[in-house]
Amino acid sequence: MTKSNSRANALEVEGLIKSYGDRRVVDEVDLEIRAGEIFCLLGPNGAGKTTTVEILEGYRERDGGRVSVLGLDPGGRPLQLRTRVGIVLQTTGSFERLTVAETVAQFAGFYPNPLPTEEALSLVDLVESSDKLSGDLSGGQRRRLDVACGLVGRPELLFLDEPTTGLDPEARRRMWSVLEGLRTQGVTVLLTTHYMDEAAHLADRVSVLVQGRVVARGTPETLAPPEPILSVVELQLDSPDLSVAELSRLVGEEVVPDAEGWVRIPSEEPTGLILRLAEWVRSSGRSEVPGLAVQRPSLEDVYLALVEHHGRRIEVLS
Amino acid sequence: MTATVDPNWTPSVLAVGLTRYRLELKTFLRNREEVMFTLAFPLILLLLFGVGLNGEIESTGVDFVQYFLAGMIASSAVSAGFISLSQQVAIEQHDGTLKRLAGTPMSPVSYFIGKTGVVITAAAAQMVLLFVVGVLFYGVDLPRDGFGWMTLGWVMVLGLAASSFLGISITRLVDDPRAAAAVAQPPALVLQFISGVFFLFSGLPVWLQNVASLFPLRWMTLGLRSVLLPDAFEAAETAGSWQRPKVFVVLMIWTVGAGILAHRTFRWSSRDE
Repeated sequence: MTKSNSRANALEVEGLIKSYGDRRVVDEVDLEIRAGEIFCLLGPNGAGKTTTVEILEGYRERDGGRVSVLGLDPGGRPLQLRTRVGIVLQTTGSFERLTVAETVAQFAGFYPNPLPTEEALSLVDLVESSDKLSGDLSGGQRRRLDVACGLVGRPELLFLDEPTTGLDPEARRRMWSVLEGLRTQGVTVLLTTHYMDEAAHLADRVSVLVQGRVVARGTPETLAPPEPILSVVELQLDSPDLSVAELSRLVGEEVVPDAEGWVRIPSEEPTGLILRLAEWVRSSGRSEVPGLAVQRPSLEDVYLALVEHHGRRIEVLS
Repeated sequence: MTATVDPNWTPSVLAVGLTRYRLELKTFLRNREEVMFTLAFPLILLLLFGVGLNGEIESTGVDFVQYFLAGMIASSAVSAGFISLSQQVAIEQHDGTLKRLAGTPMSPVSYFIGKTGVVITAAAAQMVLLFVVGVLFYGVDLPRDGFGWMTLGWVMVLGLAASSFLGISITRLVDDPRAAAAVAQPPALVLQFISGVFFLFSGLPVWLQNVASLFPLRWMTLGLRSVLLPDAFEAAETAGSWQRPKVFVVLMIWTVGAGILAHRTFRWSSRDE
């Protein structure tokens, strides 16, 4: 309660440091997660994500910095904290010969005021598999069971470590709708993922970790790249009426269509470019082109630019 | 969805432990191969020895099969407590089960209540089967009185506790659960040969007897013989006596020592640095 806004934050980290031997894997990390939001920690393998999260969960001791999880210090995994958080690890053990309902009921038994098993299962859309053995579930169902075990104790804060890694697209979508449902339950979520579409879809705010440092933070829509990334206007040419040479002259640089006739033109002013392209198409005696699209930089573009920029810069420094 | 909870709440170690026991037992019973193997293996050994080693031990009136039965009961405690428990714990340290449980309010004591509960259940089932076959086919005598049953009880409880604690302790040495059996089997096998399970203890060279006497199995077999063999056999023991007080003291020391070791060396996960 050092700050006036502490009450609204489920988790606060200031200057977190952790080294393995000489190697500093978490280097002055600051995080702030507001109560009720889905917060996503992004970063390449080896960036210190898992170490950071495991310090917050209480599995690892930190070397320095201030950490407050629900107002408590997670060091030494105090019982009060374990009672109020839910943890879904990457590898979560099996309980293969217990049924889905038995597995969730077991976890319910650890907490003072758990959800009824049936309710936890309906939150993750597994009621119909209640009597199946956990070992007989599909990958997506098993991950949803993990989430049910993390939720059944009515946590205020849920840690979700790569909940959809290795799942097929349909199973990932189903997990997303489960996690979106949590938002209405008021649970704060700390999510780690390698999928940028997942972060863009679910997260209220993200932080990007590269080589142990937070290099960017913000909402998925406003996360700033190290240098501006241009939008790309894509246009498909399919007839000799539309000459590549003419188009190159129009945009002021040489364009090369791919096998399907698509050309991609980066632009600082995509709307203006489209107006000029439309004028050119009409003056060529056409009213339509087969394909026209504007690609704004996605979270993935921004993320990759950040990782490349900061990864390289830190390599140069060391 | 969240609700205010008494900040001083603590989970009931015993109630959660019994829940864990119930689920562990279900898990065990649903693995039919494991159940069959666990129960049948000591029986098969007993039957083989019964065929191969019929005969009285040096005119003591005791059949070797009777002697071997006491050894088999003791070594079933070693296999349930030391070998299979170390393997299970190593697997759960490796696959994230224990780490996941460590993130909940569950006490590690509850975890061990569940595990040792299954160990005791499996060892008790083995013992009952060995008794049934022993009594029906080999004329083995059950403990004669309350004192005998009590002795049987404390020898088994201390022996199982010591083996289980040692089983948990050795998981510290294995990062890959596939190596757990390779680490646990050799010492268990060697001890069975020199502690009066497969061979007569009194027939071993003295130096080997002295080595075996450092470990608990030799004292377990002695304690069990003291209630399963006729009193006439007492004189044939190496000390000419059942040495019950010494059996108790040695097993106690091992139980307490191994318990402290298990507590100190236990880790939730074998994957972390």
